[in-house]
Amino acid sequence: MVHDSVIEFKNVSKIYQTNNGECAALTKVDLAVRPKDFLSVAGPSGSGKSTLLKLLLGEERPTDGQIFFNGQDIALFSTSEMPHLRRRIGTIFQDFKLLSNKTVYENIAFAMEMVGKPTKEIEQDVPQVLELVGLSDKTEYFPHQLSGGEKQRASIARALIHRPEVILADEPTGNLDLLNTWDVVRLLLKINELGTTIILATHDREIINNLNRRVITINRGKVIRDEENGRYVL
Amino acid sequence: MSIFYLTFGRILKSGWNNFLRNRWLALATISVMVLAIFFMTGLIFVNLIGKTLLVNLQNKVDISVYLKQDVSEQDVSIIRSDLTFLNEVKDVNYISADEALASFKAKHQDNAVLMESLQELGNPLLPVLNVEAQEASQYEAIVNFLGQDKYQKIVDKINYQQTKPLIDRLSSFTNKVSRGGLIISIILALVAGLVTFNTIRLAMYNFRHEVSVMRLVGASNWYIRGPFLVEGIIYGVIAAVSTTTLLFISLYFLSPKINSLVPGSDLLGWFKVNFFSLLFFQTGAGILLGGVGSLVAIRKYLKV
Ligand SMILES: Nc1ncnc2c1ncn2[C@@H]1O[C@H](COP(=O)(O)OP(=O)(O)OP(=O)(O)O)[C@@H](O)[C@H]1O
Ligand SMILES: [Mg+2]
Repeated sequence: MVHDSVIEFKNVSKIYQTNNGECAALTKVDLAVRPKDFLSVAGPSGSGKSTLLKLLLGEERPTDGQIFFNGQDIALFSTSEMPHLRRRIGTIFQDFKLLSNKTVYENIAFAMEMVGKPTKEIEQDVPQVLELVGLSDKTEYFPHQLSGGEKQRASIARALIHRPEVILADEPTGNLDLLNTWDVVRLLLKINELGTTIILATHDREIINNLNRRVITINRGKVIRDEENGRYVL
Repeated sequence: MSIFYLTFGRILKSGWNNFLRNRWLALATISVMVLAIFFMTGLIFVNLIGKTLLVNLQNKVDISVYLKQDVSEQDVSIIRSDLTFLNEVKDVNYISADEALASFKAKHQDNAVLMESLQELGNPLLPVLNVEAQEASQYEAIVNFLGQDKYQKIVDKINYQQTKPLIDRLSSFTNKVSRGGLIISIILALVAGLVTFNTIRLAMYNFRHEVSVMRLVGASNWYIRGPFLVEGIIYGVIAAVSTTTLLFISLYFLSPKINSLVPGSDLLGWFKVNFFSLLFFQTGAGILLGGVGSLVAIRKYLKV
């Protein structure tokens, strides 16, 4: 069954070390995500949603347990192999993580340049994806010249640009108005239909209840619910 | 292969863009590098002045070999050519008794008493051979050579004993200066290098967030490092060219003054002759400081 999952968490715990003691962000999480799933991760603020995604991306290492990506234990990836994992995942970061020294255009292009995509393809794809997220008129802006929502959309554009197998979306609508929120949700659904696995972390009750897809609910680092066609219950 | 050139070109371009966008940071880093390189090359010139000074001092030291009053022309030319054939000897200069008297008279012509007594005495001065060695440490050997039996009837006395302490002190001073100069230049070069490295580290600290973002979206370490390396090398080249210019300007004004203090130390001339090797050395130092500095400084931010 292992190879049926794109992503599998086995008994994963994460304890952060801080100055005033330890903080258990995740406790014994077991989770299997099938290809083409649209999985929502629900839970209140501080419950461990971002931590779950960070472990998957290798930004943080689990204190205990194993995480598999297409059957490979990601703890076994070395620093030089990590980029190969990350290029197969597109991440929309909760804090955007745009390169402050580069314009919007360059930020998106960077994700293609670093894998050696030809310039022609880049010049064709980047304006398209910027159009998709409604940033066509801001291509030459630097991140500090953008509003919160615009930064969020730039981050979304970067996650989509290289057509990854999996998209991790951490509160992708946190800074958006209602109209934009539903645009983004519809966009994610569309991408999912085209075959991309999506993991969406959010504490937005409206989104979860309207999606009618699989939902896991985390509270204080524990998965307390895992339902197909789930609703936001807490 | 074409992907390699494509990526290489992108790294170059990105490094150049970073350089243009971080102009103030670049200015600060380059200034420190200029100081470091200027300091390092300054030491070459200090060494140069020191060496000229020592050569000048050494030239002032020689041994005077006083010959017997009644020495024959033939004997003089024998001992003279014997000395000239010695490896240790740089120069031999003969002053006959008459010449010695003439120059003595010229020096003291105002002293009437002295002149009068000279008149009565005749010529009390001895003919003398002034011997100059290649190095200060070789005087001992020359004196020993003159101690041979066959010279006993020609040589009256050697005044090496009087100058020996001076010669000894000078040769130990020469050694100390060159060893001390080496140690000081190594320490100063280390300090200058450290200051530059710390400046680059501070600059890199500003980019730690960028570096981790690049890692998280899947850039390889070399793709992240590359532009910083390029930027560091650009810093190095600019710093080297600025230092050479600065050096030329300072030498242009200072060299004549130094030359009048320490004759024979033509620093500007040395600079002109060695221009390209100097530029090469400075560019090398600059690239090493900037390039290696940024590689080492970025290392710890690449671990994500
Ligand atoms: N680097 C860290 N060091 C120490 N503790 C951390 C760190 N990152 C997160 N935590 C702690 O782990 C817990 C879970 O954090 P996490 O960011 O995963 O929450 P979240 O569910 O994403 O919250 P939100 O909905 O507000 O984004 C929090 O209590 C937080 O304080
Ligand atoms: Mg979060």
